[in-house]
Amino acid sequence: MVASRAVGSLSRFTASRMLRCPGYICRNFTRSSALLTRTHINYGVKGDVAVIRINSPNSKVNTLGQELHSEFIEVMNEVWSSNQIRSAVLISSKPGCFIAGADLNMLTACTTSQEVTQISQEAQRMFEKVEKSTKPIVAAINGSCLGGGLELAISCQYRIATKDKKTVLGSPEVLLGILPGAGGTQRLPKMVGVPAAFDMMLTGRGIRADRAKKMGLVDQLVEPLGPGIKPPEERTIEYLEEVAITFAKGLADKKISPKRDKGLVEKLTSYAMSIPFVRQQIYKKVEEKVRKQTKGLYPAPLKIIDVVKTGIEQGSDAGYLSESQKFGELAMTKESKALMGLYRGQTLCKKNKFGAPQKEVKQLAILGAGLMGAGIAQVSVDKGLQTILKDATLAALGRGQQQVFRGLDDKVKKKALTSFERDAFFSNLTGQLDYQGFEKADMVIEAVFEDLSLKHKVLKEVEAVIPDHCVFASNTSALPISEIAAVSKRPEKVIGMHYFSPVDKMQLLEIVTAQNTSKDTTASAVEVGLKQGKVIIVVKDGPGFYTTRCLAPMMSEVIRILQEGVGPKKLDSLTTSFGFPVGAATLVDEVGVDVAKHVAENLGKVFGERFAGGSLEVLKQMISKGFLGRKSGKGFYIYQEGVKNKNLNSDIDSILASLKTPPQPDVSSDEDIQYRLVTRFVNEAVLCLQEGVLATPTEGDIGAVFGLGFPPSLGGPFRFVDLYGAQKIVDRLRKYEAAYGKQFTPCQLLMDHASSPNKKFYQ
Amino acid sequence: MGLSRTSAIWAVIWPSLRGDPETIWSFIIPLTLSVKPMNQDLRMTSLLTYTLKYLPSTSQWALRFSMRPLSCSSQLRAATAVQAKSKQTLAKPNIRNIVVVDGVRTPFLLSGTSYKDLMPHDLARAALSGLLHRTSVPKDVVDYIIFGTVIQEVKTSNVAREAALGAGFSDRTPAHTVTMACISSNQAMTTAVSLIASGQCDVVVAGGVELMSDVPIRHSRKMRKMMLDLSKAKTLGQRLSLISKFRLNFLSPELPAVAEFSTNETMGHSADRLAAAFAISRLEQDEYALRSHSLAKKAQDEGLLSDVVPFKVPGKDTVTQDNGIRPSSLEQMAKLKPAFIKPYGTVTAANSSFLTDGASAVLILAEEKALAMGYKPKAYLRDFMYVSQDPKDQLLLGPTYATPKVLEKAGLTMNDIDAFEFHEAFSGQILANLKAMDSDWFAQNYMGRKAKVGSPPLEKFNIWGGSLSLGHPFGATGCRLVMAAANRLQKEGGQYGLVAACAAGGQGHAMIVEAYPK
Repeated sequence: MVASRAVGSLSRFTASRMLRCPGYICRNFTRSSALLTRTHINYGVKGDVAVIRINSPNSKVNTLGQELHSEFIEVMNEVWSSNQIRSAVLISSKPGCFIAGADLNMLTACTTSQEVTQISQEAQRMFEKVEKSTKPIVAAINGSCLGGGLELAISCQYRIATKDKKTVLGSPEVLLGILPGAGGTQRLPKMVGVPAAFDMMLTGRGIRADRAKKMGLVDQLVEPLGPGIKPPEERTIEYLEEVAITFAKGLADKKISPKRDKGLVEKLTSYAMSIPFVRQQIYKKVEEKVRKQTKGLYPAPLKIIDVVKTGIEQGSDAGYLSESQKFGELAMTKESKALMGLYRGQTLCKKNKFGAPQKEVKQLAILGAGLMGAGIAQVSVDKGLQTILKDATLAALGRGQQQVFRGLDDKVKKKALTSFERDAFFSNLTGQLDYQGFEKADMVIEAVFEDLSLKHKVLKEVEAVIPDHCVFASNTSALPISEIAAVSKRPEKVIGMHYFSPVDKMQLLEIVTAQNTSKDTTASAVEVGLKQGKVIIVVKDGPGFYTTRCLAPMMSEVIRILQEGVGPKKLDSLTTSFGFPVGAATLVDEVGVDVAKHVAENLGKVFGERFAGGSLEVLKQMISKGFLGRKSGKGFYIYQEGVKNKNLNSDIDSILASLKTPPQPDVSSDEDIQYRLVTRFVNEAVLCLQEGVLATPTEGDIGAVFGLGFPPSLGGPFRFVDLYGAQKIVDRLRKYEAAYGKQFTPCQLLMDHASSPNKKFYQ
Repeated sequence: MGLSRTSAIWAVIWPSLRGDPETIWSFIIPLTLSVKPMNQDLRMTSLLTYTLKYLPSTSQWALRFSMRPLSCSSQLRAATAVQAKSKQTLAKPNIRNIVVVDGVRTPFLLSGTSYKDLMPHDLARAALSGLLHRTSVPKDVVDYIIFGTVIQEVKTSNVAREAALGAGFSDRTPAHTVTMACISSNQAMTTAVSLIASGQCDVVVAGGVELMSDVPIRHSRKMRKMMLDLSKAKTLGQRLSLISKFRLNFLSPELPAVAEFSTNETMGHSADRLAAAFAISRLEQDEYALRSHSLAKKAQDEGLLSDVVPFKVPGKDTVTQDNGIRPSSLEQMAKLKPAFIKPYGTVTAANSSFLTDGASAVLILAEEKALAMGYKPKAYLRDFMYVSQDPKDQLLLGPTYATPKVLEKAGLTMNDIDAFEFHEAFSGQILANLKAMDSDWFAQNYMGRKAKVGSPPLEKFNIWGGSLSLGHPFGATGCRLVMAAANRLQKEGGQYGLVAACAAGGQGHAMIVEAYPK
């Protein structure tokens, strides 16, 4: 439970919203005839309509790579030169994907910004030709239409999208630290208006088809079909094509106008946008907001604003030029490398490396209906898992059930679910006080209080009622799984599943395998986690596993910094300006002072001096005064229901004053304070890899960013070492070591990397 | 989808083609008549969507049908009737035979026409009186009365009881009302069958009623809450404080649900998607609708719709026949815009059933009782089946699922059936069901069957018209289907009839009707 609420803002990094990079290999082939050798695109002519079907081989998604690009040019040239063809339909043959974006490998293979700029300019030219086509082109969109895919679609004369849940339109480039580089920054504002275009490009949010229709992003919707003469997905694509063909004909015959009637609000907005003063105000407002939110750590959003502005104020030639140049520059930044790395890592952590378990988990049981237990129940029931939620008292159970219901109901309010779906999902949940039905459970996840003897007690109780194949998973943040499993009759079935709070917002799941845990048990846990929509890292058992263990030394440093007289507000601002989504002091409040103390004490015992730093006494005194953090209403800050701006808890001052330690001037600059925190974190993370707790650096980065809020702009501790330089980090550690001692001693692996500059965690 | 708009019905605008009684080929005539353009904005289909409907169809029927002289088709039917059946009768040992003595219905009228000032129980009473008159059954012999209805008039929620009392049945005869969307009166009949089979009753009247000219429109929930609270408020102060919370938006009314509750999709919309899933064109749908209207017109002209009883509407002329039968031309129908999926859908007002007022009732008895009372029954009610499936994508496929099951249960095959009476909610729905029944792929992948059941031959299918043309008062259609099957078997000499229908909620029903030997 080490995580914090505010880290939820990271959830923007949802895989589905981001560009896919399947990385197909370019294939060399000789072209005897252009028609015969195409691998990504085929086209046929129906009447006088060319139907161009995109289907990249050996991949679940279509991505805009060089090969597809050149085939597309070929096909379009044929379409334009043919007398028989009067219009065209552009469609994907893949269910669930129109075009998921540009091929990331193509971008990462570039070594200079000029190369990237050139790629952008080629795409710009092509899409401009599409836009100016005298033969109308209809984009028929089923499934994800993201990044370059959206840019292509908005170059077409008309767009028809299926009203499917999988159909999402968006410009997620910003999440990868780049910008829409194929004319998107220029066309999108014209199509949906400047404010909406900014919203799409700066947040990267995906837009569902019905919303896209309202915004004017698509012109028509097609309802997905059910079973008929063919499987639904297949027939839906066929139907989409049929409908698109009738519209293509209509456009060619001028029976349908591609212009859309604008609503009153839209007309007013576009009128307002025609006034230079209003435009300037909007740029200013958006820029201010972006600066405030990114704290200058992410260059892409500001460049997007700049490029859009250039296009509107200086004409599209200047806009396109600026777009391609900025695109090139951004692709070379550390930030974009870090973000792309995270994106790839996230994709990797959404796969089950352990294969399919022998028995699929259908019946889940959760012990403890607290925040965590109910949260786990919530992400399970809406995926169709039958879930028992058990607690000891009716009041606690009721609170948990209400939490699940409210979570689902919030989705209804956001229109992500219908009230009927909510009710159907909620009926997957059974709340109870006894062990009835546990004999049919395939997996039990316990989320009871973090107390070893209590965990032993429930484990024994549960094992008396569950079937042999049932997995027992413990949602603990620090207790070693092997110790929990010590009382088990079947330790191979015991595993750790460390969820992060709030469970429905935090994407990470840390799965902890003890020595005795069987591979099938792991496979089962990973499968359930994936079903729950989690990004999963699998780590070895040990005190604090990976995430808690990395956080503990940093927390220890937090306390020391506070003791040295840096106020919680100042500390928060130092950490957030470094890129942490939540300030360090706030993080302690969110985690809970008692939990922090509990963890610090336990891990301190195991790891000794390396985890020392601040005095535990600070936490102990806070606990004795009832300052447990957000949950008790007071910690470093005072939390009041409905009050947004939290105030400092002035009672803390006396505690800190009584335990004050003198700051060391050499290592107490703002920057040093930031690096003292970060280097301890990074050093411990690298040590986890060195000791084999972590299997791969990727999992380390994903765990740190998605679970602990490590700055995404740095890409995680390992990416940070690669990009920042191991030597520089070791230098920093040595400097702090001189001041504080062993807590800052760099680990061997880190020193290895420092001594051989070619050694990288990511090659 | 405002009520006022939907209640205006396309059919009203359509030219009446009844002018030339000598023309049997009335469905050809419209081609030669000058026809006023239909008003596309007045669409009743949207309202239709409320409740439920279903329909079947195939592809090339129109051509085949128009080529064949009708006289010849009756020979064909006679020929099939003598064909050997899988079973001589469906009578089962130790189970009571249940017969339908006769059944009647009021003329089915477009909503908003002659019945518009009535209440549902008035219509139901008319059907009951008609049945009493037709069968001369002594009122005190009737053990029980069951009616089906869909949109309930809140004042008469047990409409069966109100109608029975008004029709002069004994106040000692209990009555209840059932609802199961478009198969409500089917449910009423099968409930009667169960009561008789289990020996609880001997004589039951089952029926159905729907009055779409008037539907309950409620105050908003907020307004209702305030009114209820007001009625409980004791002091002036309490009342004033409640009234002070009043907001103008409290006054916005709540219409009866137009969409399926579980999916929030209107039925017409689902039908359009269904037609697309089965790749059924607009033309095929229009052709099927035209067939329905043409056949209904012919049946009406030839006096085959003998279940219709005249109804003297208070203050108005006596209504003697259905008024929704309006054969038009394909050209005219092609001019209509899609009613649900705009602008490219295929379901229009012309190929959908329309909002209808009407009531029906049948007299169901144990066979021995009927014989003891001196009746000559029309048909046995045999095996029946209710099914349900996905209310989103298979909302209207009930007949496809129910047909093979009920045939298996009865030990019959498609070839044994002489008269098919399927409820026609939309042309696209009927055609989709026919295609689904004719698809091995569909049977294997969605119905868990080894092979398709086969599509009913059109020469035996709804040949006296169907819900598209006769009308579809939701709660009353089931009895019409059973009586149409029974009367057709009597008239044509067939032995087995199959009734099937779809209903909102993704439900469906089928029943075997066996002709009573002459």
